[in-house]
Parts: sequence; C-alpha cells; structure tokens
Amino acid sequence: MATTRILEWCGRFYIVLLLGFLYLPIIIMAAMSFNASPFYQLPFEWTTDWYASLWQNDQLIAATWNSIEIAVITTLISTVLGSMASLALYRYEFRGKKFLQALLFPPIAIPWLITGTAMLIFFFGVGIGRGLIAILLGHVALALPYVIVVVSARLQTFAPELEEAARSLGANQWQVTMRVTLPWIMPGVIAGGLFAFAVSFDQFVVSYFLSTPGQTTLPVEIYAAIRKGFTPEINAVSTIIIVVSMALMLLTARFFKFGGEK
Amino acid sequence: MAGVQVANVSRSFGAHKALDDVSIDFADGGFYALLGPSGSGKTTLLRQIAGFDFPDSGRIAIGGESVERVPVEKRRIGMVFQNYALFPNMSVADNVAFGLSVRGEAKATIATEVQRALDLVQLGKLGGRKPHQLSGGQRQRVALARAIVTKPRVLLLDEPLGALDKALRVDMQIELKRIQREIGITTIFVTHDQEEALTMSDRIGILRDGRLVQEGPPEEIYDRPQSEFAATFLGDANIFRGDATGTGIKLPDGTTIAASTGASVPAGAKASCAVRPERIRISTGAGKPHPANANTLKGQVSKRIFAGNNSTYFVDRDGQTLKVIVQNTGAERLVEGQPVVLSWSPDSTVLIAA
Repeated sequence: MATTRILEWCGRFYIVLLLGFLYLPIIIMAAMSFNASPFYQLPFEWTTDWYASLWQNDQLIAATWNSIEIAVITTLISTVLGSMASLALYRYEFRGKKFLQALLFPPIAIPWLITGTAMLIFFFGVGIGRGLIAILLGHVALALPYVIVVVSARLQTFAPELEEAARSLGANQWQVTMRVTLPWIMPGVIAGGLFAFAVSFDQFVVSYFLSTPGQTTLPVEIYAAIRKGFTPEINAVSTIIIVVSMALMLLTARFFKFGGEK
Repeated sequence: MAGVQVANVSRSFGAHKALDDVSIDFADGGFYALLGPSGSGKTTLLRQIAGFDFPDSGRIAIGGESVERVPVEKRRIGMVFQNYALFPNMSVADNVAFGLSVRGEAKATIATEVQRALDLVQLGKLGGRKPHQLSGGQRQRVALARAIVTKPRVLLLDEPLGALDKALRVDMQIELKRIQREIGITTIFVTHDQEEALTMSDRIGILRDGRLVQEGPPEEIYDRPQSEFAATFLGDANIFRGDATGTGIKLPDGTTIAASTGASVPAGAKASCAVRPERIRISTGAGKPHPANANTLKGQVSKRIFAGNNSTYFVDRDGQTLKVIVQNTGAERLVEGQPVVLSWSPDSTVLIAA
C-alpha cells in the first residue's frame, strides 16, 4: 500500500517537472511581455505598452501576416497533394513504387540547412529567385513528406472491403473516395495538415535562405530584430502566437473527439 | 433478376491456378452454395462473378449479357461481405441508402426504399444507429438490406455467417432463406460449412484446388457423390478401395462389396465405394442379414461416442476403422471390444471411379 502511494506521488512529481520543463520558459516569456522593464527587471510592473508598440511595428506585423499566409497556403497545398499521393500509393501497384516510398524519408532527415542551400541554388537556376513564392514552394516541399507519412499510416487501418462494398453498390471511384475513404482518413489528413502548418510556421532555416529584406517571415524577422537589439515586442508577438496556436490545437482536439470516432 | 452463367473460367495468380476451367449455370431465382475448403477457389469465383477481378479466360454472363470485362460498379450486383463492411462513418439508414444515393435517386424515393429494406430485415426502428452500436446479427441484416435495396440482378454472399455464433447462425440461415424467397433473387453463397450448404441451398457446387468437383442438388450430391472428396467433404463416409467387379468392388482381402448406385466402372479397374455411416446396421451377428443381398462385414467395436439422440460406433476391421451412426431407439447398446456384424444394402453403396 505504502509503496504504491509513494510511486503514485513520484509519478505526479515527474509530470509536474515535465510540464514545468516544457512550459516555464514560455510562461516567463509571456509574463515578461506584460512587464514594464525592457531588461526583465523585477519587481513586475504591469503594462500593455509592448503590445501597443508592436501594433506600430509595421515590419513585424507584415512578417507575421506573411508567415500566416504562407503557412495556410502550404497547409492547403501539401495536405491535398499529400493525401492524393498517399491514396495512390495505397491503391495502385506500379513499377518503382517501393523506391518512390523510400525516397519520401530522406527529405525529413536531411538537415534543413542543406535543403535550404539546395533550394536557393535551384530557385536561382530556374529563375524563381528569392521571395515569398520561393519560400512557399520550399515549405510545400518540406511539408509534403510529413503529410504523406501521416495519411499513409492512417490508411493502413482502412479496411479495403469498404471500398469494395461501395463499388459493389454502384459507386464510381470519385464517389468511393469522397464518401467512404476520405471520411475514414480524415483524422490523418487533419493531423498531416497540422504537421504541414507547423513545419511552415516554425520554419526558420529554409525561409532565411529564401527571404529578401522586404519579403520575409516572422521567424526570420524576429531573428533580425534580435540581432539589432532585443525588445519585449518580440515577447508580445510570441505570446500572441502561442495563444492562437494553443487555441487551434484545443479546437482540433475537440474536433477529433466529436468526429465520430469510436 | 437474372441467372448467371460461368463458362470455362480460369484465373491464375502467378503460378497458382486459383480457378481452372470452371463452368456452372446458376439458374434464375435459385439459391446456390459454393462449397469447398479454404484455397479451393470459391471466393475467387465469387469475385469474378462480382467483377472485383477479371478471369484470364472464359465467359461470365448475367441475365444473358456478357460481363467478364465489366467492372463491379456497372454489374448491378449486391454483395454481402464476410465482415459486413458497413461504412463506420454512416448511420444504418445512410449505409442502406448508399447504393441509391450514388445512383442519384430522389431523396423521397431513397427514404421509402430504405425503410422498406430495413423492415424486410426487421430492423425498421434502428435506422438512426451507427454500425458500432449494433450486434453482430444486426450488422449482418444491415449488410443484407444494403445489398438488396438497389434491386440487384444477383445477390453474392461471401461466408456471411462465418463471424456469428452457432445459435445466431441458425437463426440467420432461416432468415436469409426467407428473405431470398420473398424477393426471389438469384443468390450465390460461398461457404466452407457443409451443414450450411446442405440446409440452405437448392444446388451446391463443390470446389477443390480451383476445379469444380461436383454440382447438383444437395440430396443428389449427398446420396451419389462422384468422388471420394465429394463423399467425405459433404458429410461423413466410409470409403472402401479395391478393384471393380462390374457389380461392385473386391477388396484386397477378397471380400466383395456390392454397389447398385454411382458410376459404372469396367471390371478390373481401380474403384472405391462410399457408404454413409447412418446407412449401416450394426448387430451382434444373431439373425439373418436384411435385405438378403446386403453387404456384410465382421469387426470389433473400438469406441462408442454417445451423443444423446444417436451414438457413433467406431468398428475396426482388418486395419480399417469404419464409422456407424445408430439412432437412439432404446435398443441394447454395444460395448467397446464387442465383436459385431455390419450390414448395409447395395442401394446405399455408391461406386466411385478411382
């Protein structure tokens, strides 16, 4: 009895430590975005000045919108293309399929620094150059393997008789996909989409290579701002992003719960 | 509604011949069982008829129209799968409605037809449920309703009762038969359960290693099997092997067994005889054999298994163990080790060409 209680207590302590390790830096950063001192000095003095001055920082706001736009478009493109590729890999047997599937993994493992360099050279070579379009193309390429891996994993749990049953009832390929297969793999598609969004929104290395002074994303802009001299405005914009992304995550969790899963 | 003709259909997967020159005529409105052990090709044949897979050669016709290159979605068939394959994201009613909905039927028509189909399988009130909220038997009924609501030309069933427990399976057999009679649809049923095939179908086709071994009404196959495989796969049989004499066979030890049914085998050729365990009379040897021309053999009871309404005796004779089933009529029971005489009529003996 006593040992189980001790074990249970240890378990709780461990979870508190783990959560602390994960969230403490974020909480401090969020707190400091409301602190009047720009040098993290205590005592804590409440202010919303940093949020107000963030509102004036056109460069930071422009970069934020760029990041959001690119992340959303990357998510849409890579989720649609990636899900279609997963379905093709699931349904059809063709020459070189194993090789193609094997080729999906190296991009995940290759350091982004190298991918970024390669993309920079390539985009210059083909005349796209740098800028938001280059960043978007780069992000889609980075996100695609994640979507394919996640959706394919979900497809492994799909019962192929369901497609056969639908066909026996007269459904054509499009109807089978839209009404039977897609609803089943939807959790995988959404998870893949979240991955794609995260890969794009968090992306610094590749974006850094492909951005130009006027056309940049938030992580690159924050990096540039820190180099010029740190201001708590960065804390403010980071806090906003954390709140929004946590809200998105919670919303997704809710969706999964009510998504008709068993 | 329509009959199905399968003519000289062959299908190989690599070096494996899954179907080897199979021809069967499925009559319009009939209930047909395809029976065979696993790997016999019965499911492959069903998939050719359904259109999930195309034969390498041969012809398949539904209602006289050649369909061997028509994909499944254009064949207008109904199919019930082994694991039901209900769409998990849809309600029962939406599952049943699927076939009508993809055809673009009007909403009102769909609602009426779905209700009629659910009523037919006695699930009229469960349309709003999700498949995972149903029992195995109910899922089975939904699968059936979904398959017949589109008024298919043929109903194909792939071991539909395999996942149900014994009592439920018997209920569903009766139910399935009732529904099939009610709508009069040509039904082809794949099973490895011989009892299911015997009790439900008008005709049975027995498959083995991709070939059709024998085909006919259950009584005919049971009473006049044309091969040792058919005799032992559909029901139990005692098999004697020897040389044909023209009126029966002669066993290696010189005993002759008269057979008046089955194949005609020229004298001297290898042949066997099959006798059903319930056709053999077992006695202590007192009294004359009946009928007078009965085949008789002496042996010794090696084991008795009592099953309530009947007993199975295992009788050893000359290195062979024969099986005899005796109804429980209250007569004296024989004990293990007792010498006995077995007798049976030549009419109950089926001659089979080797």
